[in-house]
Amino acid sequence: MTIWRFILLAACLMVLFFLIAPILAVIPLSFSSNSILTYPLPGLSLRWYQSVFSSDKWLVALGNSLLIGVVATGLSVVAGTMAAFGLSRRQGLLVTLAKVLILSPMIVPIVLVAVSLYLFLSPLSLAGTMTGMVIAHTVIAVPFVVVPVLASLEQLDLNMARAAASCGAPPLTAFLRVTLPSIMPAVASGALFAFAASFDDVVLALFIAGPGQRTLPREMFSGLRETITPELTAVATIMMVFSTLLFLLLQHSQRKRRRMLQAATHH
Amino acid sequence: MTRFYGKALLAPLTVFLFVFFLLPMGWFMAYGVRETEIPRALPRTLAVLDGWLAGEPVPATVFAAMAEDMRQAADSGTMADAARRINYELPGVRSAMSKATRTVGRSDAGTSFDSAFFEAINPMLASPAFFSVVKRAGGPLTDHYLLAAVDLKRGPDGALSQAPNENRIYIDVLIRTLSISATVTLCCLLMGFPVAVLLANASEKVADAVLILVLLPFWTSILVRTTAWIVLLQKEGLVNDALIWLGVISEPLAMIFNRTGVVIAMTHVLLPFMILPLFAALKAIPGRYMRAAHSLGAPPMTAFFRVYLPLAVPGIAAGCMMVFILSVGYYVTPSLVGGPGDQMLSTFVATYTTTTGNWGMASSLGFVLLFVTVLLYLVAHRLSGGRAVLPG
Repeated sequence: MTIWRFILLAACLMVLFFLIAPILAVIPLSFSSNSILTYPLPGLSLRWYQSVFSSDKWLVALGNSLLIGVVATGLSVVAGTMAAFGLSRRQGLLVTLAKVLILSPMIVPIVLVAVSLYLFLSPLSLAGTMTGMVIAHTVIAVPFVVVPVLASLEQLDLNMARAAASCGAPPLTAFLRVTLPSIMPAVASGALFAFAASFDDVVLALFIAGPGQRTLPREMFSGLRETITPELTAVATIMMVFSTLLFLLLQHSQRKRRRMLQAATHH
Repeated sequence: MTRFYGKALLAPLTVFLFVFFLLPMGWFMAYGVRETEIPRALPRTLAVLDGWLAGEPVPATVFAAMAEDMRQAADSGTMADAARRINYELPGVRSAMSKATRTVGRSDAGTSFDSAFFEAINPMLASPAFFSVVKRAGGPLTDHYLLAAVDLKRGPDGALSQAPNENRIYIDVLIRTLSISATVTLCCLLMGFPVAVLLANASEKVADAVLILVLLPFWTSILVRTTAWIVLLQKEGLVNDALIWLGVISEPLAMIFNRTGVVIAMTHVLLPFMILPLFAALKAIPGRYMRAAHSLGAPPMTAFFRVYLPLAVPGIAAGCMMVFILSVGYYVTPSLVGGPGDQMLSTFVATYTTTTGNWGMASSLGFVLLFVTVLLYLVAHRLSGGRAVLPG
């Protein structure tokens, strides 16, 4: 028995090493004082970070990524939460079709979404515009909001809203004070997933972004196509810090959600 | 009243996705079965060819009609599109048509455009084969692109045959796409299974810590991870250095910009998608089943293969399906860390759209990709007993 345990543990350690080590190995290289990407480091410096933060290309790309991400997330949260309310506890052909439509952008290969939006938006003069990018990112981000919010609405105790109503709360008050707070953690985690989907996208940006809407992943893609420089490892490190922050936020909101669920089931 | 509210709440998103997802997808897919170039460029020629059947002599009036079409369309570039379309089936005709268009445009008002006129420019333009292509591609619908996507073509008589050797590439691309996906799925399963077993059986504290190590790469941008692999796997990279230092190899291995690099990088990206559904499935296997097997005298191996593994099959199937579906549509990783021989269906869809502007071919290859994906998804849906299998 112990030998099996040992083999299992060894295998797991190797797999976890495979998952984590490559990502961590990039970080020290970004602090190299030399432009050659090998270990041991010739010396430490912040010159690559300096060159990233003083370059218009990267700053504009970061700005674009944040702007597109925030707007697409906002639209996804509003439209997605509304749709989740419309879908929850309803059945019928129309609801099923709507569900399939809303979830399909998750299943359809992203290249097909990008190519068809490119061919569709070009004659409308929306390709190569901010509006076009926000539309494209909302299409792929919105399922990430609908899925958790719908799940949380299905688990919601309807008696709570009824209790609020019987205690004299008008429908809007009951919604704002009772229903909304209980689905809030799900909305928050949906929003984080939606933002991550937008922030991570490179394929839509390759087809739909013009020179003025190049996002961070899009610039990294061009960089990787040419020669890989320590500047790229610095950008990678910055993005890593950013996604780790997002991840911690998500953990926090999910823990909150779990706690609320536990509190709800204890009654 | 609530019914009305339900619909009103659903409306904004469904309308948005109808306009910006369903409609564009349908429009793009339609390119694969539509003929647009020739009806636009050669309407008069098509009208004359209407009563003509392949095999009969070419009607004499068609040449004047074609000349008139060329005169009318010469300045708008539509003739160039039509020439490119005919060229897919009749290689070499493109330059002949552009030369003919120029000659027609320059000729005097009284010139008689007949068979001899076009034959003098290029005999191909007066041949029955040319007009049979024009008639067949005269639309409005075609099976040319869909057939080409599976390496088939129609001869002048309309009979199906295999595409010539140098054009017979798409079946290979499909097989390559499926085989890379299968390899990645297998790697993910072999690596993901032990981690899922550990997660399902460890204490909550250990499981939480391991889960963070699995989820952190999941959240890291795919571009960041691709950067990491390019840096690590290159000739002077850390992995080659380590292997040489350990004495495993004496010469640096080529591990990037080839199939090895694609499989490694894709496995790294997709591994969490295997671990998470596997973990959920294994967690649901009650520990008392294994204890019962032990107490009934089963050796650990037997208990594992006869009790644990059969119970884990639904989870294994769900994880494999998810990884396979996601990898079939991969684009970014193969295009950054693969060589020309490692490009998958997605790359061809992208290249035909942006570089060569052959939307018909992009669309039909896209259809193949979509068909495979939806088919796999339906199988996964059935296997998981109707529960949705979705990333995220």
